[in-house]
Amino acid sequence: MNQTSEFLQRIELALNNDQIRNNFRSAMDGLMSKRRDQFADIDELAALRTQDNLIRVNALLKLPDLLEQLEQQLTNNGIVVHWAENADQANQITLNILNSKNAKNIVKGKSMVSEEIAMNHYLEKAGLCVTESDLGEFIIQLAKETPSHIVMPAVHKNRREIAQLLHEHFPQYPYTEDVDELTGIARQIMRERFEQADAGISGVNFMVAETGTLCLVENEGNGRMCTSVPPLHIAITGIEKVVEKLSDIPPLLSMLPRSATGQKITTYFNMINSPRKTGEKDGPEEVHLILLDNGRSSIHQQQDFFETLLCIRCGACMNHCPVYVRIGGHAYGSVYPGPIGTIVEPQLQGLDKIGTLTSACTMCGACAEVCPVKIPLPKLINRLRAEAVGGISQTLQRKAPLKKKEGMAYLAILAMVISTLVGLSAISIFGHTITLFNPQLFR
Amino acid sequence: MMQAFDNIYFFGTCLIDLLYPQAGLSAIELISARGVNVIYPKKQSCCGQPAFNSGYRSQALAVARHQLACFPKDIPIIVPSGSCAAMMKHQWPELFAGEEDEQQAILIAARIFELSEFLVDVLQVKLKDLGPPIKIAIHSSCSARREMGVADKIESLIAQLSNVQVLEQQYKKECCGFGGTFSLKHSDISAAMVNDKSHAISSTGAELLISQDCGCLMNIGGALEKQKKPQTIMHFAQFINERCNESNQ
Repeated sequence: MNQTSEFLQRIELALNNDQIRNNFRSAMDGLMSKRRDQFADIDELAALRTQDNLIRVNALLKLPDLLEQLEQQLTNNGIVVHWAENADQANQITLNILNSKNAKNIVKGKSMVSEEIAMNHYLEKAGLCVTESDLGEFIIQLAKETPSHIVMPAVHKNRREIAQLLHEHFPQYPYTEDVDELTGIARQIMRERFEQADAGISGVNFMVAETGTLCLVENEGNGRMCTSVPPLHIAITGIEKVVEKLSDIPPLLSMLPRSATGQKITTYFNMINSPRKTGEKDGPEEVHLILLDNGRSSIHQQQDFFETLLCIRCGACMNHCPVYVRIGGHAYGSVYPGPIGTIVEPQLQGLDKIGTLTSACTMCGACAEVCPVKIPLPKLINRLRAEAVGGISQTLQRKAPLKKKEGMAYLAILAMVISTLVGLSAISIFGHTITLFNPQLFR
Repeated sequence: MMQAFDNIYFFGTCLIDLLYPQAGLSAIELISARGVNVIYPKKQSCCGQPAFNSGYRSQALAVARHQLACFPKDIPIIVPSGSCAAMMKHQWPELFAGEEDEQQAILIAARIFELSEFLVDVLQVKLKDLGPPIKIAIHSSCSARREMGVADKIESLIAQLSNVQVLEQQYKKECCGFGGTFSLKHSDISAAMVNDKSHAISSTGAELLISQDCGCLMNIGGALEKQKKPQTIMHFAQFINERCNESNQ
């Protein structure tokens, strides 16, 4: 069967599944309405989107330099930096670090990059015990499934399924379908795992080159437990997550939770600068950061597609997508679903493998309208379609990973493109005139 | 008036030409009745959107290029469809990028107006409702809403009609599921979307659905008919023209 007929088959399954249709509709309705409440002031929203777009464009423009600076700062702070060109390398590096400490019990915070490289599978095959500590991730780990949403991985599950899963795996706890009781049971299980953990693995939301800081947003406190309780912490993320300055963080942090879950701020915001220092009473003894390329530097080198890397993984595009809300995340058959998955996956895996995703879009523009960093998603989907049918001469091809400092030759060209682009993005998107800057935000 | 025009070009669009000619004729009447001469270049055909959205850029370019010669005078080009207007205004500059007629395409793109936008912003039409009381629903196409940014224009035109009550459907801003070739490639998803859309519209109790775009109307109208719902569809130009034209009463 080819990729298109497989995709159509998954779509048919999803459309005929009332639970999928209902779960996604009610969850996405909630997320859209909470986001709307956060952005009642449309001028503030327009100014923040422009500001965040410029922060991310600036970071991508200076990517090779910023990565070098980041490595230097992190090293100075005592954090060990590793570079991984692909999934295999990243998994191997992780396993080597864990083996060096004889770590057997691992707790994980939520990380889509670890999903991208199928890290759990790799570590479990090596005989390690891996526990996802984010509640949603824990549920789908028990169910042996993959996330159906990048922020709410178990959104396709209903309460009864979760109750049955927990009872099946932990029969020592009484069966219940009460949400508070279920959360309480998961919390007790998690506490034991944290106490026994030899190592914690987490993702990263933003990295600051200037200070060598790893930033993590989360709501359950499990991320903080993973990164501070075990003696070893390994963080893994994509190379594009770096920003230049510490002052870039507040505007991004102001947008990420509001766009993602409609929260003004997440319950926890972690900023990790170093391992435990002499005299400190807690924190891991060792902290490692694995920087994953896995096709990203190839995207970065292609003028028509580099905006893909602006993404801060809030999920607002899928929350607002009329196709995603009907077929759910699993129908895409990829790690990243929805509009962002539709542009990321064909670039990471190749159009020949998963280019068919680009067909599942009506070009309605709802995704681009809400994207906090102004990724022109429909334009990129359209551009990928052209690539797939040979409508534009082949430019999308895997290029060699970007070695530090090697990117400088094309940066001059890219700078010209981006300066044009920034000019455009500041003027209009989909015909809406946008307030350029709110000077107060730049004080 | 923003600027007085004695003449304008009219771009009829494929769907109006082939399926809903009355919508186009009504639009022309609406404009002519305000003392503006409507020029309909007979050699016009398609803006190239179906090919462009499917990735076939050279084919789209060939079709779009054929339109360039149709609009030589420096006067507005009125398009009774948000989606064709958006193609010409916002996608042509990308489609023609690097071509020898790029500049010509950009200049034409700058003269594109969606019909409701032109009626409200340029002609500043004042409507007198001569029709009987009616309850309607309005669906703005995604391209009119997001690419052209003119969803408020159709609403403000209808608000002038004293006997028309507008009922608000749930998920009003959501796509109807047409998406041009999307409805063929993903007919199942498209059907799921338009079923929800037609249900939301019929649940309001409106008698009629109007829109700026015949693509959405064809899609939603087909679903309403299949579900044997009483609601009918009509392009807003025809709706306004029939209610406000004294010779029609």
